[in-house]
Formats: sequence, C-alpha cells, structure tokens
Amino acid sequence: MTTSSLPTAPAAASERSPRRIAFSSRLSRWDLKLSPYLYISPFFILFALVGLFPLVYTGYIALLKFDPILHTGTFVGFDNFVWVFQQRQFWIALRNTLTIFLLSAVPQIVVALAIAAVLDSNLKAKTFWRMGVLLPYIVMPVAVALIFSKLFSDDYGLVNHLLSFIGIAPIHWHTDTIPAQIAIATMVNFRWTGYNALILLAGMQAIPRDLYEQASIDGAGRFRRFFSITIPQLRPTLIFVIITATIGGLQIFDEPQLYDTGGLAGGSNQQWLTLTVYLHNVGWFQDGSFGRAAAVAWLLFLLIVLIGLINLAVTRRISNNENRRTS
Amino acid sequence: MNLSRRTRVGAVLATAATIALIATGCSAGGSSSGDQKVTLTLATFNNFGYTDALLASYHKAHPNITIVQKVAKTSDDAQTNLFTKLAAGNGLSDIEAVDGDWMPKVRQYPQLFTDLASADNKGRYAAYKTAGGTAGTKLIGLGTDVGPEAICYRADLFKAAGLPSDPAAVSKLLTGDWSNYYKVGAQFEAAKTGAAWFDSAGATFQGLANQYKNFFEKDDGTTVATTNPDVKSAFDSVLAASATQSAHLQEWTDDWAGGMAGGKFATMLCPPWMMGVIQGDSPKVTDWNIANAFPNGGGNWGGSYLLVPTQGKHAAEAKAFVDWLTAPDQQISAFKTAGNFPSQLAAYKSSALTGATNAFFSNAPIGTLFTDRAKAFADTGVIPFKGIKYGAIMGAVQNGLTRVEQGQQSAADSWTQVVSDIKALS
Repeated sequence: MTTSSLPTAPAAASERSPRRIAFSSRLSRWDLKLSPYLYISPFFILFALVGLFPLVYTGYIALLKFDPILHTGTFVGFDNFVWVFQQRQFWIALRNTLTIFLLSAVPQIVVALAIAAVLDSNLKAKTFWRMGVLLPYIVMPVAVALIFSKLFSDDYGLVNHLLSFIGIAPIHWHTDTIPAQIAIATMVNFRWTGYNALILLAGMQAIPRDLYEQASIDGAGRFRRFFSITIPQLRPTLIFVIITATIGGLQIFDEPQLYDTGGLAGGSNQQWLTLTVYLHNVGWFQDGSFGRAAAVAWLLFLLIVLIGLINLAVTRRISNNENRRTS
Repeated sequence: MNLSRRTRVGAVLATAATIALIATGCSAGGSSSGDQKVTLTLATFNNFGYTDALLASYHKAHPNITIVQKVAKTSDDAQTNLFTKLAAGNGLSDIEAVDGDWMPKVRQYPQLFTDLASADNKGRYAAYKTAGGTAGTKLIGLGTDVGPEAICYRADLFKAAGLPSDPAAVSKLLTGDWSNYYKVGAQFEAAKTGAAWFDSAGATFQGLANQYKNFFEKDDGTTVATTNPDVKSAFDSVLAASATQSAHLQEWTDDWAGGMAGGKFATMLCPPWMMGVIQGDSPKVTDWNIANAFPNGGGNWGGSYLLVPTQGKHAAEAKAFVDWLTAPDQQISAFKTAGNFPSQLAAYKSSALTGATNAFFSNAPIGTLFTDRAKAFADTGVIPFKGIKYGAIMGAVQNGLTRVEQGQQSAADSWTQVVSDIKALS
C-alpha cells in the first residue's frame, strides 16, 4: 500500500508542478524582460508629455497661420520658414546667439575648471567654499539681470565708474554690440560658473588618488599633473558639462530680455537680440505670428542638434586620439 | 516707449506682487438669504491707485464680496499674462486691467469678454474712451484713466538759463506749436547750463504721434507708417531738434532714471501718470513743476480699461464691482494716490478733483491743470486711431530714433532700417 501510494504522489505532483513551474518561470521571465522598461518608463512618459509632444505640436503650428487665442489656423505649408529666412533680424539674432554663446560658454568652462581644481586641493572649511560657489546659481536669473543691467548702465553704472578710476573712457554697454554681449555673457557666467565647477569637482574627486601619488614620485609638478592626469581623466564629465552648456547657452532668454527695460527687447539695433528673444518678439508683439515664432523655435532646435553633434564628433575625436596616444 | 510705459512706478511694487485683502471677521451667516460669499480677483499693473483701504470700503458696503488685487510689475507683463491665459482658456482674474495701447489686440476677441454696458454707465465717458472699450457692438472695457499731456519742467534749470520759472510764465512761454517748443529749447541751450532741453527723441516723438488721427494705420488697419509724410517729417523734425537739445536718455532705461535725478534735462512731456514716475525716480529733487501747456494744444498718452473675461465664474458680481471702481469718486481717489487722471466726465466737475494739488511738484494745482489739458485734448478734435500693429510699429520707430541718438546711424540710414522693420511686420 505504502509502496503503491508512493509513485502516485509524485505522479500527482508532476501533473501539477509543470504548470506551476511554467507560470512562475514565465512570471520571472517577464519580470526580467519587462521590469527594466517599467522602471525607466516614468521618464519616457514624462518626456513624451512635456518634451516630445510640445516639439511635435510646435512643428505642426509652424506650418499654420495660427491664432493663439482662438486656436484656429490655416495651413500655409513652409511659408513661415520662408518668411523667417527673409528676415534681417533673424540672421542678426542667429549671429548674436552664437557670439553670446561663445562669450559665455568658453570662459565659463575654463574658469569652472580652475575653480574646481582649487576646491579639489586641501582647503580649510571645504563645504563653505563649495556652497559659496553655488550661491549665484540659486539667485533668480531675473534678479541677476536687473542688478547687472544697473551695474552696466552707460552713464550711472558702477562698472563705468570703476573704469574711470583707471583712466578708461566710459564703455557704451547699451549701444555697442560687443560690450553689450559681454555684459550679458557676464550675467550668464555669474550664474553658471559655480554650478559647472561643482560638477567638475565631483568628476575630479572620482579620479584615483594613487595616479597623482605616482606622478609626484616621478617628479611631475602641479600643472603637469593637472594637464596630464586631471584633464584626461575628467573627459566624460567635461563632455557632459560642455553639452549642457551648449544647450543652455543657445537658449538664453532672461538676461537679454531684461538687459534693457526700454521697448522691444534686443536693443535699438538688435545688438543683443538672441533667437529666443526674437521668437518671443515675433510671437507676442506681432499680430497672429505664432506660426512664425514656432518656425523660429524649430530652427533653434535644429541649430542646437547640429551644434550638439559637432560637439560630440569633436570630443570623440579628441578622446580617440588620446586613447591611441596612451595605448 | 509705448509698450512699457509706467514700467518704473512699479519697481517697488514688484516685490509685493500680490496684495491680499482679507475679509476681517468673516461674520458667520450672510446678511441676506441668497448672498453667497464671493472672492473677486482684480489684476492690475504698476500703480492704478487702488489702495487696500479703497478696496476694503467695497467689502464694507458688500460684506459677501471680498476683493483680492494682483499687481503685475509692468504693462508688458500684464499683456503677456493676459494673452497666455486667454490662450489657455483659464487662469485669468475676474477683472483684468488692459493698457489702452494694446487694447486693440484685445478687441479682436469680443466673444471672450463680458458685455459691461448698462443704463448706469451710458454716456459716462468721452466718446473716444467709450470707443476704445467697444468691440463690435459690445462694451468690453470700462475706462479707468486718461493721459492728457502737460509739460513737466525743472524750475531751477529754467532759472539758471535766465528763463522765467514760475508756472504761469512758463505756461505762456511754452504755449504754441512744436517749433515754439524747440525755439525755447534753443534759447535754453544757448545759456549753456549743462543740461539738455528734453530727455530723448523717442519720448518727444510719442507726443507728436498722439496728435494725428491716422499716424501709423488707416481706420481699416492697413499700415501707412512707411508712406505717411507726417511720420517721416515727425521723425526728421524730432531728430533735428534732438541733435542739440536732447539728453539722449532713452525712456525707461536706468540712465534715464538717473538723468532725471541728476538734472540732465529741463523738460519732459508729462501725462498725469508720469508724475508718479518722476517722483519715484527723483525723490530728492524739489524743483519739479508743471506747465499748463502742450505743443500744438493738446494730446493724450495712455489710459487703461478694466475688462471682465468670460472665463471667470462671477461675471455679475465682477460687473457691478467694475462699475463701482470706475465711478467718479473712486477715480478721484486713484488720482490722488497715483496721479491716474479720471476718465469720467462727471469727475471733472467734482471739487475733490479741481481742488487737488501735488506737494512734490511745488504744490501745482494738478486738478484744474489736468482738467484744462483734458479739455485742450478734446478741443483738438483728433482721436488717434491705434490698430493691432500700433505697438509693434511704434517699437520699430523708437528703435530707429534711439539708433540715431546713440550715434550708430545717420537719420537717413536709420529711417531705411525703420521702413524695412515695419515691412517685416506685415
């Protein structure tokens, strides 16, 4: 009895168990396959909602003569883009965007790198200094713009006043193109240098310390160590900082918009009219021009993609060269 | 400059973006059975002169209604806010203030605003003010203030130049046309006081632009700015005078404010709301005064409206409140607070208005003075037409004037660029 009952039990079990194993294994297979996607899906759902949809919808509006209030539009094809390409102000805005970007991004990253290097050395009250460089970042950009535009006033500004002490004639900050753009780049740098310095600092701290020790034993000086160890080791962080600075730098709006409170933003001769300010002017201060503003927005998007790709190609090339040299 | 007139008054107010009037006590149980508790939001910009006390007095008379005022810093901010939220379909206040210069853009959408016409407010305003608030057959905006222009001047600089400095004599001196204004300016400049005659070509051009019926646009909205000989001759005549008589300080800039305090110019065109701007920018100057005169008679610069968007839930209550807020007594109260000159005809007869003086402007009798200026404007019989592109065209012209004053371009080159900028607006 006992022996005969024995085979039946496994038989019954084997009858049920394959199904159970199959289900749980299927579950775990799903788990393995699907859950990573599930975990990252909030980002993509949000991105689709606030990134992709506006992008596509803006592209759609760029093909219409669109009334933003009544949400009605008539299809005009690529007329808006044609119009934009014919505008003198668009090309000036494009030029200004690129020059202000260069005037801000390049010094910003160089200075941020220097600050990060100093913060990485043995300082007393480390946290204090690190928080200190981040301070400008938490100031509202609008407040920064208002304060700096007072500092850079042509007649009553502090900067011209200080320059007069060292015998430099007053600079026309609101008239001449390059000084105006330098003033705006200064605001941008004031805000972003500390932020970038902290990100670079984080990258520097991840560099293995024994590399430095070996180098100093080999007799490498401070600068040699910085250029031969820190910079190459920092490359991934630098690429990140450069790309975010590019995206941000091409979209600056608050600073040029508030640089002068008189009239349409951008200066009497469009000295500091950037693409974002131009699209704002076209969209809000010209009747029914949302379609044209959307066209400008898309062109700006394409410009950022283009410059991002150039960035990527250049940095990749450099890193390949470096690899070949080190190997 | 048009788009951002009055920008400066609000600088201090900017920090206090929202002024909330809290119903004190919140007495339990409404006084009458059908009355619901209603909170009305009122959005204004800069300084409309609607003090907490004024708004509280409405709550006192109507205990079930509480008013909360939101103050935007500039006219531009208010404009962006209004159009963004009109586009979104919600988020607007129950009552929205609209600047007369961008009212034409709002008038394109009468279906989005409540009709405010009633037997009560019929014939309360001069015809042009009513027309400005009317879209099609609908009265969508009730006028708050108007901007009859006078000339503000610095008595000390006049004295230094050997010109008469008391208001009666200055008024006589400045009565005449624009060439008279520039002629006195030339006398002033000849005395070499170190100050200029007026602040900027742009500000002076505003005065001229507001004296033509169809300066930039025809009644049907067609742009004529580039072909209208009046525009070109105003552009040239202002720049000719500016070469020797202007301080070259573009309006609303920090340097303009500094120049006002530092005595860089002796006169400026002065609608009543400009008094608050001047006082705010040059609080320590004791020599400001106002002349009861304006080149070519009269002119009007600025003036706003209150509108009730249909997206609000309390249209009836809002309508009654706007009616009250734009009534003569409340307009006079706002005039005393912020210098916004009443738009209602009945207010001009009130002794509270005619007796008003301004201590900062050497006790100028601003009540009677601006009543005279309003009459002078009415006498010209010219009501400037401002279409939907007015602000954008004015912006292009102002930039052109500034380019010449900054020495970047000759008047002829600048005009060529103005023409191309205006053509780009079509």
